[in-house]
Amino acid sequence: MSHRVLIVEDSPTMRQLLNFALKQLRGLEVVEAHDGIDGLKKISRDHFDLALIDINMPLMDGLKLVKLIRSDPRCKDIPIAMITTEGAKEDRDRALHLGANEYLTKPVQQKEVLRVVRHLLKID
Amino acid sequence: MDKPDRSDDRQNLLARGEEFLQVFKKGAEFTQELLRENERLRYKIVQLEEKARGLEETGSNVPDKKLIEQIRQLEKERRQLLDKFKEVEAENKDFASRYLEIEEENNNLANLYVASYQLHSTLDFKEVLQIILEIVINLIGAEEFGVLLLDEKTNELKAVATEGIPKENIPSVKLGVGRIGTVAKVGDNYFTDDISEYSATNPLEPMVCIPLKIKEHVIGVIVIYKLLQQKKKFSELDHELFTLLAGHAATATFASKLYSESERKLSTIQGFIELLTK
Repeated sequence: MSHRVLIVEDSPTMRQLLNFALKQLRGLEVVEAHDGIDGLKKISRDHFDLALIDINMPLMDGLKLVKLIRSDPRCKDIPIAMITTEGAKEDRDRALHLGANEYLTKPVQQKEVLRVVRHLLKID
Repeated sequence: MDKPDRSDDRQNLLARGEEFLQVFKKGAEFTQELLRENERLRYKIVQLEEKARGLEETGSNVPDKKLIEQIRQLEKERRQLLDKFKEVEAENKDFASRYLEIEEENNNLANLYVASYQLHSTLDFKEVLQIILEIVINLIGAEEFGVLLLDEKTNELKAVATEGIPKENIPSVKLGVGRIGTVAKVGDNYFTDDISEYSATNPLEPMVCIPLKIKEHVIGVIVIYKLLQQKKKFSELDHELFTLLAGHAATATFASKLYSESERKLSTIQGFIELLTK
């Protein structure tokens, strides 16, 4: 069974790194968005099974994006994992309160990304 | 009249005496029979005891011996299986530990590959600087840092890109002067002794200073003042990334700078030629 994952991240380096990590899981189709607005367009238009979202991005930050996703009936139930440099507990709590399911801090290990993706997509 | 009474009594007495003798005789016979039966049973008991003693010493032990031998054999096999199980368990632990090592190595290689790929993916100078910043933020986990390049005319290191700190806050540094200048001159990495104790009070004394060098020719440095809150120390991967940055970031920066300058010169020359040919 194929799963569609959206990566919303303004750093090409991070996008490539996450793509690399996700290649280890079979049956994943990965789509990239380079900022919050691009992410919002893509998630409103197509179906995704999971979104990996950075917080600090130009045009629209990740927290705003999460809030908008959760208020859109078409995609409000999509699992969301934040992957961010913001390591303070308040940032984590805020993201989870807005509707994120998981919160990872950079620099992030591949195995952590895979653990979270497996958990949110409910795959082995 | 007395004489007939006495003879009756005598007859009664004799009859009773006879009767008593009969009973006595019967009792005696019964007792003798009991004694004979007793003797017979005693003999039987002795015979049975002898037979039981004979059985213990011979004949019926043979099946017991076989069972004992079988039990010994099974015990031996059980011990061998247990030993084998322990061997396999130890091997599994070894494989599990090796798997974790390989997984971490894989993670490290992926980071190094991506960093290297991105650094050499463009010839635009500003883009290369941006990629260096991204690598230091996302892969190493620094919050405040800068990239300084050496001006070979003035022999001064000047900040060309920063993150978390304004460019103006990092003063120019003469080659060979202070911590930064020494690293640029000597070409060796600098790390502060204790990251947890370090405080970024002086921009001339960074926590980390990495020379950007092509072979032994230093073209600049990366200086780090503060790490992200969740980053407590440097890992083996971080040191490998620093080594990669020292080399690959240097060549990428140098090549992109040369390319930018040559592009600029080319447009200038083209402009001149157009002017001359008009």
